[in-house]
Amino acid sequence: MQEIKDMVCPFCGCLCDDVTLGIENGSIVSTDNCCTIGNAKFLGKNRLKNPIQKVDGKWIDITYDEAVDAAVDILLDADRPLLFGWSGTHGEAQCVGVHMNEILGGVIDSTTSVCHGPSILAIQEVGHPGCTLGQVKNRADLVIYWGCNPIEAHPRHMSRYTTYADGYFLDNAFRNRKVIVVDVRETETAKVADEFIQIKSGGDYAVLSSLRAILRGKADMIPASVAGVSKTQLMQVAEMCKTCSFGALFFGVGLTMAKGKYKNVRNAIELVDDLNRHTKFTLTPMRGHWNVYGANEVFSWMTGYPFAVDFCRGVAFYNPGETTAIDILARKECDACMIIASDPAAHFPRACVEQIRDIPMIAIDPFQSLTTPLADLQIPVAVTGIDAEGTAYRMDGIPIKVKKVMDSGYPSDTEILTRIYQKMLEVKGL
Amino acid sequence: MKTLLVKNAYVIDPIQNISGEIMDIAVRDGKIVDDVKNPDDVIDAAGMLTLPGGIDSHTHICGTKVNFGRYMSPEDMRAGRTSRKGDMHATSGYSVPTTYGNSYRYSRMGYTTLLEGAMAPMEARHTHEEFRYTPLQDCLANTLFDGNWFALEAIENGDIKRLAGILAWYLSAAKGFGVKLTNPGGTEAWGFGEDVSCIHKPIPHFGITPREIIVKMIEANEMLNLPHSVHLHCNNLGKPGNYLCTLDTYNAIPDLNDKRQSLYSTHVQFHSYGGSSWNDFCSKAEDIAHSVNEKPQIVIDTGQVMFGKTTTMTADGPMEFNLYRLYHNKWSNHDVEMETGSGIIPVLYRKKNLVNAIMWSIGLELGLLVDDPWQCILATDNPNGAPFVKYPEVIALLMSKEYRDKEFETLHKSTGKRVALPAIERERTWDDIAVMTRAAQARALGLIDYGKGFLTEGAEADIAIYPISVDTTDPAREYERIINGFATTEYTIKRGDIVCRRGTCTLEGNHSTYWVKPHVPAAYDMSTDSEFIDGFNKYYSMRIANYPVGEEYIGRNVCMESEASL
Repeated sequence: MQEIKDMVCPFCGCLCDDVTLGIENGSIVSTDNCCTIGNAKFLGKNRLKNPIQKVDGKWIDITYDEAVDAAVDILLDADRPLLFGWSGTHGEAQCVGVHMNEILGGVIDSTTSVCHGPSILAIQEVGHPGCTLGQVKNRADLVIYWGCNPIEAHPRHMSRYTTYADGYFLDNAFRNRKVIVVDVRETETAKVADEFIQIKSGGDYAVLSSLRAILRGKADMIPASVAGVSKTQLMQVAEMCKTCSFGALFFGVGLTMAKGKYKNVRNAIELVDDLNRHTKFTLTPMRGHWNVYGANEVFSWMTGYPFAVDFCRGVAFYNPGETTAIDILARKECDACMIIASDPAAHFPRACVEQIRDIPMIAIDPFQSLTTPLADLQIPVAVTGIDAEGTAYRMDGIPIKVKKVMDSGYPSDTEILTRIYQKMLEVKGL
Repeated sequence: MKTLLVKNAYVIDPIQNISGEIMDIAVRDGKIVDDVKNPDDVIDAAGMLTLPGGIDSHTHICGTKVNFGRYMSPEDMRAGRTSRKGDMHATSGYSVPTTYGNSYRYSRMGYTTLLEGAMAPMEARHTHEEFRYTPLQDCLANTLFDGNWFALEAIENGDIKRLAGILAWYLSAAKGFGVKLTNPGGTEAWGFGEDVSCIHKPIPHFGITPREIIVKMIEANEMLNLPHSVHLHCNNLGKPGNYLCTLDTYNAIPDLNDKRQSLYSTHVQFHSYGGSSWNDFCSKAEDIAHSVNEKPQIVIDTGQVMFGKTTTMTADGPMEFNLYRLYHNKWSNHDVEMETGSGIIPVLYRKKNLVNAIMWSIGLELGLLVDDPWQCILATDNPNGAPFVKYPEVIALLMSKEYRDKEFETLHKSTGKRVALPAIERERTWDDIAVMTRAAQARALGLIDYGKGFLTEGAEADIAIYPISVDTTDPAREYERIINGFATTEYTIKRGDIVCRRGTCTLEGNHSTYWVKPHVPAAYDMSTDSEFIDGFNKYYSMRIANYPVGEEYIGRNVCMESEASL
């Protein structure tokens, strides 16, 4: 068995880059250092086999050339195409997607709009005091997880970057570092915390505001209990935050998608801002897909906006709530879509999934998903990190090259998108 | 064998001592040659000022903090949008345009080479990704070392050769160009929310002072025989009274290179402040200019402030937090483990704000009081002092006392008591401007040997042809013609290709990235140094094997190799 070290895991926003893969007879047979979810992806079996197209309600096998032609027809025939997904593919492919969307005058959006979109809206209002994950590992003596459950969603986050990760200024992290978990239920992560704050569902904004009030010397205003959290505990936590040397707040969709949405995140950012007047404090969104942050980065440098970019006016236009995928589908506005590197059928509201089903849809994905059966055209591709390479951005903005281990014969996302784009230019005479 | 002939050009080329000669410029395969027969293309540049392509030696156009400037500012994106047209992609943004926006607008102004002022090596891959989408200029990236733990340790141990080895490894790994220090020691202190005050007190956790960091880095930089000097953003940026710190720093700078400066001091406007608070804030540009005039080992860029909205962004994290506490708009911060940090905030410079008016004056004073234009580069520290599209106005202000006076009349009424500007009669000449916008940059960056900044045989054919008739234009009076003339070239030529014609970019472009690769003896090669590798893997959150940027990120690259004298 051949061993390959320092591989990058293409599953979540941690982008762990210390994975060892065991290869035998051209396939991955074992992983080391990988969490169970990453392991399942590396060893995944449900690959789509070859391009297929639905004709008169039946699937027929087609070639990649025919698939490219069919995709071009579907997209060019549409008045308001939606190019959605992007979070599970590499940056180079996302760049081609943006160029393609410019020609189409469509909307390009990533899964951000259903996870940390509210975080971005908050950042656009008040900014983002953040840092790289190694800064937390080396310095943080206080870590807060708010509305997230890394043990189950980002399984190695705590061992690589926080709770169990020794660093330059903390040579025994587990003893020297305090962990606070804020959640509506006692999660696996909450069980290992030094302090667990259980808030009533929808109470995040009030709890954040209370902490800020205490920090600003207005503790008198706080009632005995806020959203199920006692004033005593709030006072204690505010003191822990104020007196640490370096605090790091991580938050997940439990905060962004709870009642209050982007206002919650804004309040969290402003709490961190307040804390910086006492000590050093940073904040980091726990990004889900391995390259969802990369999609935000690519869209920003190419169009000026991190997600939900609408080119129908010729210029890049952005108005989340109007140009986000959910809204466009719910209004039955788009008349064709290309879904790449994501599985909206598993996550979107039913009305949106029905609209995806009812319009011509191209699915570009290596694996079967709940979305692929709804497609009119399926184009199987390589898995970045296994049989394709490319750039990804970790949840803290660090770009990492995700490597290729083997050649499976599948085209990469970049290859297939470039062929579609080139053909589009040709058809349009550009 | 593609050929081009630019005929009857009115050429100013300070590197070759050409001042207003009517010349033909022949181009073959992207290089300037002695002559071409039957050229494929001919441009008649009669009556048009023809200069080497513009070089911006300190701008922020690509990379993590620049992109975060876009990400956090949809309001700025809406302020400058264009749609796809011909070969030009859609663009967005005013103070932090998209990569295509930067590239097209710079090209329109005749700029063909851009140096990104600050790249954290850990995030270098991002800068190079964006360079790919900046198609019309050659790009270089200064690489941040101000808070690099390995470098600070080597300085603390007095091991300057090891320091040079560390710089060499990071520069090659990041595919970087120059050694950049931003608030040396201060960005490390900011890791725990602190800052440093000037250059003499030891920084937290390392027993060394910012002064030692600066001087030792300069010595190590010269040992590596790099094309560029150390590129310094001094300590205490933006603080009233900081000119003393700047002078103190300048007095410590050795003269170690006879081809160019030993120190490139950037955005000096922000470091020339008198007073003890914002209440008695005043200009000390005269003191700074006097110091520069005495020290050939120093080249500065002015960091001119112009009025209006912009976005500030720098690796100087503590400074941005202080500025945020003045402006109360929004604040982003991004510390990079073991290396450096950064901050971003939007600002609005207003004519009626006394501090802003003084800042504007200081930049111009520096631009006029430094005697030798080769020591004084025109830049706004884009977008910190102003977006680069303001360069034509800055040029006009430097060339016309009348324009300066007219503008001065519109400022806060007390400005005159705090600055020397109204008393300065000097008006920069055409030749001075040619030096301050391209020739001085080429020399300061060490790019002359690579064919940049001049227009005679052997040069890269980067040419800017402006619709300005020098013979019939009096810049002191006709400053509007100067502004318009420098804002849009008649032709911008990049490596022999016409890439922009009257503001319309006509090619996708094929630029290069310049990066340095210093060769060091085996004893100082960090790629095989077990102490370095172990420390790296222990404290970084990324494996050393995954850290270096591969050449696949660079496309057409120019590797500038040097042999270290260790």
